[in-house]
Amino acid sequence: MKLIYEKSQAGRRASALPHYEGLPAAPDLPDELRRSEPPRLPEVPEFELVRHFTELSTRNFGVDTGFYPLGSCTMKYNPRINERLAALPGFARMHPLQEEDGAQGALELMWRLQEILAGVTGLDAVSLQPAAGSQGELTGLLLVRAYFAARGEGEQRRKVVIPDTAHGTNPASVTMAGFELTHVQTDARGNIDVDDLRGKVDDQTAALMLTNPSTLGLFDENIEEIERIFHGAGALMYYDGANLNAVCGISRPGDMGFDVVHINLHKTFSQPHGGGGPGGGPVAVRDILEPFLPVPAVVRRDDGGFGLDFDRPQTIGKVRGFTGPFGVFVRSYAFLRMWGPRLREMSEAAVLNANYVLARLKEAYDLPFDRLCMHEFVLSARTMKREHGCTALDVAKRLMDYGFHPPTIYFPLIVPEALMIEPTETEAKETLDAFCDAMLAIAREAEDEPETLKEAPHHRPVRRLDEVRAAKNPVVKYGFEPAQAPTEV
Amino acid sequence: MTHPFLALTDSDREEMLGTIGVATVDELFRDLPDAVRFGRELDLEPALSEQETFEHLAALAARNADAGREVSFLGAGIYDHYVPAVVDTILQRGELLTAYTPYQPEMSQGVLQAIFEYQTAICELTGMDVSNASGYDGTSVAADACYVAKHATGRSKVVVTEATNPQVRQVVKTFAVGFGLEIVEVPHRDGVTDPDELERAAADAAAVIFQQPNFFGCLEPAPDLVVRATESGALPVAHVDLLSLGVLEAPGNYGAALALGEGQAAGNFTSFGGPHYGFLAGRNEFIRRMPGRIVGETVDTAGERGYVLTLQTREQHIRREKATSNITTNQTLLALGGLVYLTWLGPQGLRELGETCLSLGAYAKQRLEEAGLEQVFAGQTTFKEFGVRVGRNAREVVAAARERGVHPGYALGRDYEGMDDVLLVGVTERRTPEEIDRLAAVLGEVCG
Repeated sequence: MKLIYEKSQAGRRASALPHYEGLPAAPDLPDELRRSEPPRLPEVPEFELVRHFTELSTRNFGVDTGFYPLGSCTMKYNPRINERLAALPGFARMHPLQEEDGAQGALELMWRLQEILAGVTGLDAVSLQPAAGSQGELTGLLLVRAYFAARGEGEQRRKVVIPDTAHGTNPASVTMAGFELTHVQTDARGNIDVDDLRGKVDDQTAALMLTNPSTLGLFDENIEEIERIFHGAGALMYYDGANLNAVCGISRPGDMGFDVVHINLHKTFSQPHGGGGPGGGPVAVRDILEPFLPVPAVVRRDDGGFGLDFDRPQTIGKVRGFTGPFGVFVRSYAFLRMWGPRLREMSEAAVLNANYVLARLKEAYDLPFDRLCMHEFVLSARTMKREHGCTALDVAKRLMDYGFHPPTIYFPLIVPEALMIEPTETEAKETLDAFCDAMLAIAREAEDEPETLKEAPHHRPVRRLDEVRAAKNPVVKYGFEPAQAPTEV
Repeated sequence: MTHPFLALTDSDREEMLGTIGVATVDELFRDLPDAVRFGRELDLEPALSEQETFEHLAALAARNADAGREVSFLGAGIYDHYVPAVVDTILQRGELLTAYTPYQPEMSQGVLQAIFEYQTAICELTGMDVSNASGYDGTSVAADACYVAKHATGRSKVVVTEATNPQVRQVVKTFAVGFGLEIVEVPHRDGVTDPDELERAAADAAAVIFQQPNFFGCLEPAPDLVVRATESGALPVAHVDLLSLGVLEAPGNYGAALALGEGQAAGNFTSFGGPHYGFLAGRNEFIRRMPGRIVGETVDTAGERGYVLTLQTREQHIRREKATSNITTNQTLLALGGLVYLTWLGPQGLRELGETCLSLGAYAKQRLEEAGLEQVFAGQTTFKEFGVRVGRNAREVVAAARERGVHPGYALGRDYEGMDDVLLVGVTERRTPEEIDRLAAVLGEVCG
């Protein structure tokens, strides 16, 4: 379809702005500061605008469209009441620099959300400020850094231990926080290899970063031993909360021994993913880390009112503007209030759904770690690739023809031809069955008619796209020339 | 009773457990050691119905003094511009709202094309060659720029002007600890940055970050600042307001290496500080150092045009500890709001909006002067904001004015020493001349 720029006609516009009579003329701007050429924004009437973006939406697939088992992303239903609430003028038109006495409702909401997150994680204090999971990671690592600096161990404790199953964000965050990486392997059951770990944790170690359950969807059975190793060496433990949907009300990171946790509000607590964001990445910490949390802290005052506390002499500073992505807090708080103490049922259903799909698929695909899973699991198309030449990518593309969003593929890196499947709690058994039927049909197609997979998708608005070409010869904005044919690589 | 967000019936559960080969849901958790099991109910208030949830949150919202309840002249980086209905309409399309990062392009052409169009709009406004798909906000993209500059120059110092938004400076300082960067601030002189002072500070710097218009609303001698930074071998980084770029020159046209900022003013509600989007654009030479998602054009196997995430070898899921950033989830939906808004405005609307803000600002200065308030940087040209002396502590003035239904602006003493009596007054196209008259009357009264 055409780009909005290709629909543009000089002289059209969608906006009419207020015209105020009798104002003084705009001041003359110095020549060197005045805009020399107008930006080529689209010129379309309002109806054309609505049709264009509506057409774009029909070429996109969301949770509302259908099943979206994208592993590690927790693509659950997003309740519509949350959208209505976030749009209330008392929230949407609030300025972040409003005085405290004019922001009591917003501050109370944030304080209450902090309390709930502390309860769910089993930790003592929460900062809602980080904008997403990755920023929560970086914030958490800076807290660890500040903690050891305050103890005079800042120069000494430079190493952060990360298992080979970790999200790519973990090592990237370690580098950005100025730490050095220590890799640890996974054992034959999919846990951290504790023997490998023992030799790698010492008085130079600042922290472990662990996702539990891991990206394999497996709960680490040695978590108590891991806790003894790290705390025994005077190091801290960081919990990547990407997989918190598996354990709400069942097991708390604080009880597992973790000292700092980030929570992905857009995963576990249902902020819509928005085509790639916004997210929310609050951090929860044990009391020893509380003095270092970002400012301002949202606090309840002695008189029962709510306020912002900037007086935190040991704070790491600010990681984002103001107090964080407030609209995300509105949605997640509403979601949590609709669950209350029944949150455990949410995680139980997520784990039941995942195990059911796993049970139905494990004969047709390779299962690298044959255990019960938590909220997600990882299959491999290794045998299919060897015997029939069809890869995880081909399976993913073929699933589209059956009307499903593919799972996460080629991650975690330790599983070749990985297919990482996370159904979430909100899916019905009929949907899970239809997905399993499709996966089984695709496994048969790989044997009988592999070309059908390799040429998939067949029924999407576009066929398989050439990603190599896009990277070799990057075209990252419209060229404003008439119907320019893409150049050959 | 089953929960409205769950779909399984009791008989579904029985059948599923049978297929799995366990007797109870509890058995699914057998890998969890006893010591880490919670084993009791979460201490949370009972679950609410949707109706009860609505009433509870609506009551909280009612306790906030939003811009519909007070006539607000608050700005300081977040602005009460009008957000047209088409933005809400498009952002509530479920196919866009409830999708994730377009890893599978054949499922996600809608979002991918929208991001490509967004990148084009940002490049057009800033005069740059490449824009990413968005960053978290106007503060985090400045920290991103420091990381780009560190690796592009091999230098370990970043200069930030004191007239840059204090929140931006604070966030840059926080992340500089991890990046191994020293942050040096250049003071303002009468509301703007002195190019000579900037040049002295820029020696050996990786980047020079300045804001145009700056935090006080004053127009910096931006082209000169860029020349001085460039001569020192530092990357000139312009923190700009998208809505100023219909009337103010594009930073790419006066030589900035990177242009970035807070996108909220263009298409997002103020929303107590977020979620919003940060934009980050640069010259072509930085394309492989850019943080975050970038969408590129390609073709499918039938030769038809399509869009994909591209240059992914920069990113954390491929490059891991050597990535250009750790960002994954960004602010796509808010950036889409920006694209819809900028499309709604069009080039003429953008220019008119800038001119209206300039005219209203001139009117507000005139009216406040008549009310006896003196401008703090009287000689400077300003856009959307300006500082006035209120003759007493500005926070007291804010409190007194709010009792009269007007929030008169931001007390600059919260961030700048010696400016306790200065109020930063923000004027967008939503503030009518009548509201400005009311501001002048109220300030005339409470400043005494």
